[in-house]
Amino acid sequence: MATGPALNIAIADKRFAAQGPAVLAQLHLTIAPGSTVALVGPSGVGKSTLLRLLAGIDTQYSGTITIDGTPAAAAPPPGFVFQDPRLLPWLSAIDNICAVNPATSREAALEALALVGLADVGDLYPHQLSGGMQRRVALARALAVNARLLLLDEPFVSLDRALVSEMQQVFAQLIAAARPTVIFVSHLAEDAARLADRAVLLDGRPARILADLTLPVPRADRDAATVANYRQQIDAAFETVG
Amino acid sequence: MALAHRLLPSPIDVAGQMWTLATSGRLLPDLGKTLFRAGVAFVLAMAIGTAIGIAMGRLRWLDSLLSGWLVVGLNLPAIVVAIVLYIWLGLTDLALILAVTLNKIPLVATTIREGVRSFAAEFDELGAVFRLSRLRRLRLIFVPQLMPFVLAAARTGLSLIWKIVLVFEVLGSDGGIGYRIAIMFQFFNIAGILAYTASFILVVLAFEYGILRPLERRVGRWRPVRP
Repeated sequence: MATGPALNIAIADKRFAAQGPAVLAQLHLTIAPGSTVALVGPSGVGKSTLLRLLAGIDTQYSGTITIDGTPAAAAPPPGFVFQDPRLLPWLSAIDNICAVNPATSREAALEALALVGLADVGDLYPHQLSGGMQRRVALARALAVNARLLLLDEPFVSLDRALVSEMQQVFAQLIAAARPTVIFVSHLAEDAARLADRAVLLDGRPARILADLTLPVPRADRDAATVANYRQQIDAAFETVG
Repeated sequence: MALAHRLLPSPIDVAGQMWTLATSGRLLPDLGKTLFRAGVAFVLAMAIGTAIGIAMGRLRWLDSLLSGWLVVGLNLPAIVVAIVLYIWLGLTDLALILAVTLNKIPLVATTIREGVRSFAAEFDELGAVFRLSRLRRLRLIFVPQLMPFVLAAARTGLSLIWKIVLVFEVLGSDGGIGYRIAIMFQFFNIAGILAYTASFILVVLAFEYGILRPLERRVGRWRPVRP
């Protein structure tokens, strides 16, 4: 089974203004192919900034990020999921998927929608979909662009618990089926404990790696006690510096 | 009674006059002349105003440079522009069309500039993340956001153009609805004036319901239907 790419991250320095404070400094990470890594940390620590560097849209930093040996900016675009669904309101669900990748046919877009359980809403506009359905279309769009590397920026933020549970279920099924490399950002230990097989905890200014935890129990086998245990480990790591 | 009848002709009299003027008078050539002037001025003003508006919305330095002139353009009496151009270029179609165009450009540019300013930065980021080509960004992200403002500029601009073309034709031209109304005014020919006005209004309504509204419906078909 094909898996996602390996990532090599070596950021020496990232700041938004030349004279401003560094947001990220001396940050080194190697991400194995097919792994699901959660970047966990408080709001404003630089998690989303790091995700944008990985996506290759921000190249203003010193250091290198490679995806299977290719610099991030030159690598194929990742399947990116924003904090909000960010669907173009004037396009139907299917056209939103085709819009971001000219190579995607309507059939391929329909398949991507079917993967997230929305095979029958292709012709609907975003305003005709519920919040949860919009998020799933955004996930389908990401899959249609690049199903091997998924970058998700707080994909479960500002959703009610039922929708979070629904989205996490869809997400877990996709990971299990295709084994992509997934990096997702969250400020909640709970998300990492449920979905990630590795949690990289970020804190401080500039952000540094506080802890790099392996969460070895397979997602499908995690019961409430395992999730609670992982969450506790993550919280404990933050408390040692708090 | 005869005076009242002459100053307040019945709708039937006006319709009869319209028929006579259309079949044996100069109504259709005059209408054609006015529509040609309005049409050319509209296309020119929309094209130039949209280009200026987009540039001002995107480039802060250009906005700073031109925003003062835009205010001047918006508030300069239309008649002044027409008189100056008539003096410089003579009583020609070129002067009239140019005067109308110059009067409308600031309005279009202002509407489009505000539209461009209101664009969602999130969609720019979407285009960047998925590495969309310039053409694709233009077609899928830029134009759909701009279209409601283009239509608003077209509607308000068109209403302005209809009015000022006629005024400028009264001021000096060799034909057209305004020119003919000015002649009829000298003879207190109210039925003729109303016949010309009604014909003109019919054309405006045809344009509104035949072109603008269907276009608006097409562009906005994705919007939620309001209860």
